[in-house]
Amino acid sequence: MDKIGTAGNKGKSVRSDCFVTLEITESKGISIDIKSKVGKLFGDSISKLCEDELSYFGIENAKLTVEDTGALPFVLMARIEAAIKKVIQTDKQYVPKMLPENVYQTERDRFRRSRLYLPGNTPKLMLNAGIHKPDGIILDLEDSVAPDKKEEAKILVRNALCQINFYGAERMVRINQIPSGLDDLEYVVPYNVNLILIPKCENGDQVLLVDKKIMEIKAEKGIDYPIYLMPIIESAKGVINAYEIATSSKNVVAMAIGLEDYTADIGAPRSKEGKESFFARSQLVNSARAAGIQPIDSVFSDVSDMDALREVVIESKSLGFDGMGCIHPRQIKVIHEAFAPTEAEIEKAKKIVNAFIEANEKGLGVVSVGSKMIDPPVVKRAQRVIELAISTGKLSENWRDDNGE
Amino acid sequence: MASKLVKNAVGRLVPTEINGKEQVPFKGIGKYIPKGKKAAQPIVSSSQFPSNGNKIVGSLKEALIQAGISDGMTISTHHHLRNGDLVANELFKVIHEIGVKDLVWFPSASFPCHEPIIEYLEDGTINRIEGSMNGPLGKFTSQGKMKGTAVLRSHGGRYQAIQDGEVHIDIAVIAAPTADPFGNANGLYGPSACGGLGYALADYRYADKVIIVTDNLVDFPAMPMQIEGNYVDSVVVVDKIGIPEKIVSGTTRITKSPDRLLIADLTAKFCDAAGLIKDGFSFQMGAGGTSLAFGNNLHKIMKERGIKARFAVGGVTKYLVQMLEEGTLDYILDAQSFDLDAVRSMRENENHKDISIFHCYDYHAKGNYTTMMDIMILGATEVDVNFNGNVVTHSDGYLQHGIGGWQNCLHAKNVILPIPLFRDRIPVIRDEVTTLCGPGELIDVIITERGIAINPRRTDLIEKTKNSGLPIKTIEELKDEAEKICGKPAKPEFTDDIVAAIKWVDGTVIDVVKKIKE
Repeated sequence: MDKIGTAGNKGKSVRSDCFVTLEITESKGISIDIKSKVGKLFGDSISKLCEDELSYFGIENAKLTVEDTGALPFVLMARIEAAIKKVIQTDKQYVPKMLPENVYQTERDRFRRSRLYLPGNTPKLMLNAGIHKPDGIILDLEDSVAPDKKEEAKILVRNALCQINFYGAERMVRINQIPSGLDDLEYVVPYNVNLILIPKCENGDQVLLVDKKIMEIKAEKGIDYPIYLMPIIESAKGVINAYEIATSSKNVVAMAIGLEDYTADIGAPRSKEGKESFFARSQLVNSARAAGIQPIDSVFSDVSDMDALREVVIESKSLGFDGMGCIHPRQIKVIHEAFAPTEAEIEKAKKIVNAFIEANEKGLGVVSVGSKMIDPPVVKRAQRVIELAISTGKLSENWRDDNGE
Repeated sequence: MASKLVKNAVGRLVPTEINGKEQVPFKGIGKYIPKGKKAAQPIVSSSQFPSNGNKIVGSLKEALIQAGISDGMTISTHHHLRNGDLVANELFKVIHEIGVKDLVWFPSASFPCHEPIIEYLEDGTINRIEGSMNGPLGKFTSQGKMKGTAVLRSHGGRYQAIQDGEVHIDIAVIAAPTADPFGNANGLYGPSACGGLGYALADYRYADKVIIVTDNLVDFPAMPMQIEGNYVDSVVVVDKIGIPEKIVSGTTRITKSPDRLLIADLTAKFCDAAGLIKDGFSFQMGAGGTSLAFGNNLHKIMKERGIKARFAVGGVTKYLVQMLEEGTLDYILDAQSFDLDAVRSMRENENHKDISIFHCYDYHAKGNYTTMMDIMILGATEVDVNFNGNVVTHSDGYLQHGIGGWQNCLHAKNVILPIPLFRDRIPVIRDEVTTLCGPGELIDVIITERGIAINPRRTDLIEKTKNSGLPIKTIEELKDEAEKICGKPAKPEFTDDIVAAIKWVDGTVIDVVKKIKE
């Protein structure tokens, strides 16, 4: 164990965070030094928080310095805990209370058009993520977190799951690559996570390892809410095994592709047109559909070019994908709009759904539009189109009444 | 501060005397109607001025001495050169050399670039600032280090104070990007071009002595004559009056912050739902990133529906110029140009007119433009549950900003404040604002990223937007939401010493700022 432990971030562009330095001393009790941007308004409450937390971990002699740029209490708590865990051995966790509004579950086939990545060690990007209404929010423990920050990020992500309201977005966490990612699960499974993303997934066994570990934690903590899985395929091998991965567990509800690593793996530069990844994307869509789960596309990395993004999403939709990753909140609206059904698609879907409802009312076993028979998967697809149209504001919720049809 | 304190119409305790002058406590909006004649300049005779029209003197020092500078005088400057101004700092350096004391600096606004003036406040050259105190000057004032009591006025309130004699300017020193030897001047040309010079209008029309300082002397006549040389005593030519890139931004930019874009988007949607975007409407917005994003959304809506606005008052940026040049806006009335496109447009476009504070904000004018405006977009450092607003202090109690035109703008028909619900952990909606700069009855709508609060007095807006699908909440709900996220902040501690008075647009005292306990 080190004698001095630090955690958090400081520097010119850092906001809503803090940098904590903890030094265990031989005697003289606790001394706390707070340099805070909001000290006049929150200095006393920050002091109190520090004292309570040190006492919780049984620390009696220490020098604690907090350099604060407006960190919320759950951030302060996480940083102090992380610093403490560098200087003492403890299994205790200092967990903030779970907001009642964060206790919600999601469904297997909910919309997953947009999933917003948030670096797991950057609190300022987390606070307002939910107000931009992505379908899902990913607290990322993998690529966006520096290796020496992995431990403190886990604690921060755990606290964020308790304390940040994502306003109904699906609560997702991307763990680290298996096997080290298995350790991340302890920090997220008990805190109402809805879905786990498994990065660089190459086979069904990796999914099963995650699934098993989740079940163990759930059993231990008496948790009965579902936790779904979204493997991300980022290699040639993963693409070949896509169907095996998709069908490996009933908890897999979607499967994504990560093109940055995939193109590197096959030795082709990533191009704008994306010819080099056409096979992989189609393979992923086909495998996911065959398994009855959602195929999800990669991210688009130029956050300033909304027109190019729109084109990419339209292409993605035409390949059969149901959603895409976002790395900036501005991308959400564009993605939702581009995944929304076109007028022609809506009109067609309305006819089919109407025919289906009428057939049901008349007790007919067969649905038909004009002279054409309509199969159940087509009805299901049409219902999905209607739901999407309603959720993007392209169709009124009472569309059947409005039309008087 | 031995003066008696009385409770004014918004419940704030204010002194009846400041800097030895008797004060009227705020009585309510439009309730204070002073009588009498407006102030005037001393009679002069043109025979006493050079018949060849050449009023150039050798140096600023010479000009000040010629103007009879002496202890206790009030010296005014304008802020069209914004954070690139070199004249005010040079002015007080020269005054310090001359050795006069106890002056009142009466700028139309100050900027962080004026930090060197602290030295002259410390050594007694300047007794106090009556104007705005930004950044370092604000901190200095809050720490109780200014000898006299600072007085903060709105842009319109400054004009009012000059006109009704509350403030008498002894010497106005006017930085002019272009001038001729007679004293005609404008801000349109020259290396330090800034657009209009409207903030200096009251100064040169009411000051006893007027000195023009320019770095771009042209032959008579300097056209256009935004400032008329017939009011000018002397002209001083210097190397440089300003730092161009700090005067106007090369280009102003829409915010990239997704949260602020969301607020701007909600603001445009709210205006639309409330039926405020219609043919012939008028609006004013600032040059902040959120305002510009709002303007962009507004422009989109107008183009889609073929709606044309009649006029916009500014704070002008390229975004307003775009509307004018694309035909969605008939007139720009420009009190201040914020970027190079605005300056260019004022030179080139017939319908882009420079106006002054007299036209848009002055309390002693026979009406002003602001009350006619349909949509007014403003900011605030704090708002309270009674919709009162603060723009001068932060929640930590420090004076940080001037009032600008904010109080004047509150008189528009629909006053909308797009602001974040909290900044770094500090909630923006409070039980009570730290400093009350504007009464809640004039603030109609608060738009945050987490919801919109409409002043209960505006039943019309509430009715119009109730089925809009917008996140309309009560202001208490918004306050609770912020405190749930941030925690409830403590109140800063003050001593009893009054360091600054906040004037309302009519010259009455609406609140005071006290010395901070550090």
